[in-house]
Amino acid sequence: MTATVSATPALDVERLREDFPILAEPVRGKPLVYLDNAATSQKPRAVIDAVSRYYGVENANIHRGVHYLSERATVAYDGVRARVARFLNAASPSEIVFTRGTTEGINLVAQSWGRSTLKAGDEILITGMEHHSNIVPWQLVAAQTGATVRAVPITDTGELDLKAFDGLLTDRTRLLAVVHLSNALGTINPVRWMVSHARERGIVTLVDGAQSAPHLPVDVQSLDCDFFVFSGHKVFGPTGIGVLYGRASLLEAMPPWQGGGDMIETVTLEQSTFAPPPARFEAGTPPIAQVIGLGAALEYVEAVGRGPIGAWEEELLAYATEQIGDLVGVHIIGTAREKASVLSFVVEGVHPHDVGAVLDDEGVAIRTGHHCAQPVMHRFGVPATARASFAFYNTRAEVDALVRGIRRVQSVFA
Amino acid sequence: MSSLSELYQNVILEHNRSPRNYRVMDDADGKAEGHNPLCGDQVTVWVRMDGDVIGDVSFRGAGCAISKASASLMTGAVKGKSREEAERLFARFHQLVTGTLPPGESETLGKLAVFSGVSEFPVRVKCASLSWHTLKAALEGRSGEQAVGRSGGHAVRESDGPVGKSDGVMGGPAGPTA
Repeated sequence: MTATVSATPALDVERLREDFPILAEPVRGKPLVYLDNAATSQKPRAVIDAVSRYYGVENANIHRGVHYLSERATVAYDGVRARVARFLNAASPSEIVFTRGTTEGINLVAQSWGRSTLKAGDEILITGMEHHSNIVPWQLVAAQTGATVRAVPITDTGELDLKAFDGLLTDRTRLLAVVHLSNALGTINPVRWMVSHARERGIVTLVDGAQSAPHLPVDVQSLDCDFFVFSGHKVFGPTGIGVLYGRASLLEAMPPWQGGGDMIETVTLEQSTFAPPPARFEAGTPPIAQVIGLGAALEYVEAVGRGPIGAWEEELLAYATEQIGDLVGVHIIGTAREKASVLSFVVEGVHPHDVGAVLDDEGVAIRTGHHCAQPVMHRFGVPATARASFAFYNTRAEVDALVRGIRRVQSVFA
Repeated sequence: MSSLSELYQNVILEHNRSPRNYRVMDDADGKAEGHNPLCGDQVTVWVRMDGDVIGDVSFRGAGCAISKASASLMTGAVKGKSREEAERLFARFHQLVTGTLPPGESETLGKLAVFSGVSEFPVRVKCASLSWHTLKAALEGRSGEQAVGRSGGHAVRESDGPVGKSDGVMGGPAGPTA
């Protein structure tokens, strides 16, 4: 017997699965095989309990009262901001803005920073791999300011064409907005390298971390990006809560994008002055329970360990890629050298919707469709794909169930 | 029979493999395109009128087995029917796939009854009705876009239609463009 030396301890996946009540729920009379984690992740009991406890015994508004519960809620809320800052290795909690999700974070940057900064002739550089949420907000602000949106093309393996990227950085480029980990292809983009090239030219940078935050270690100071956005519900937290990290010097210069309570210093009937960041960008009563749930989720992830999570997911993706790659008549879309969590594929002669329906009958939940990344589908000449996406609570046996399901798809549609 | 085999009955699988009237029509009187933005399904339907009745109908497109088989069976079902008869058939078909057809009436649908299993899968109602909505647009010679209601992203309601684009010329007396 040979001993293998591993830098990170292995996960006890079976024990961790017990933390997620839904994983024990049968679906269509079969055990649930949940492989749709890129759409949303399941929630551990720690998160469910934190939200429930807040509503059950702690509920109060924040930053508004001197009473006991309000103080408790305020401390809990601001405590999560500090936890998020640590999670991203931000320099200060004041660089963390709570949003409704990744989409709102990008829209905030587009409408606050973009609308106040961009001028006719300026260029916004995105990539052909972006989710619609990192395309449409830039198209909207481009139409408002006269700026134009350009995109870095994708190679046949599903990587960004970095030679073309260099050529697309021009004297007119004002912003680079790039996805860290592609939701449709699973590609990990060299964002640190891209950000450093952009910053050499004084270009502001935004990294879409919706998929990377749950799967890869993120250090915004090391990435050196100006903005980083992610969603709570993909990191095992509640829906309706997300995070915008913004470099302090930029946030301080940015105008508000929504007005209301909590974002002001003084208000008269004629004019108002605004609070410093992050409060300036958090008008109105925030989703307090969701913030508290997000805090519990990040605490949970850190307790499991991002190193062991990454190592197990890498092993699982390699196993799935090998098993599905071996199936005759099945083609993997996106074969980049650096990938994580996501496996997109098509079954010859069978529409992805039909693939999804047969897998669903086996209790296997995957996503089918264009994954809100229609430009990626056009690039690969497919209307849609089937996508399995993994989290640390998935097992090899679940990959085997997926493979059995795909064989059944092929026999139904033979 | 499991609900999955109710959905994918043999007739549906066979029409998916070998769709009927799957061709471009050069001498069409009406043509419309429909697509389902949710899943990227796309279909084009052509019609040629023979007096008051549908003389010929054909389609091309990309979609799942349900949408392709539905278009194929639809072409067979409406040929030789008047516009009003075709629309009445669509109304009954829609009741069938949404599970609202009164019991015992599925026989009136003939071969189309194989789509009864769709009612167990609400997200697939759009797949089954896409070609019918598109036929209706082609018959009405409707131009412009019909907005798609996306109630909750997936649930399908009566008002949910495809985004229809038509350059048909069949605006008859009963049509909204008359």
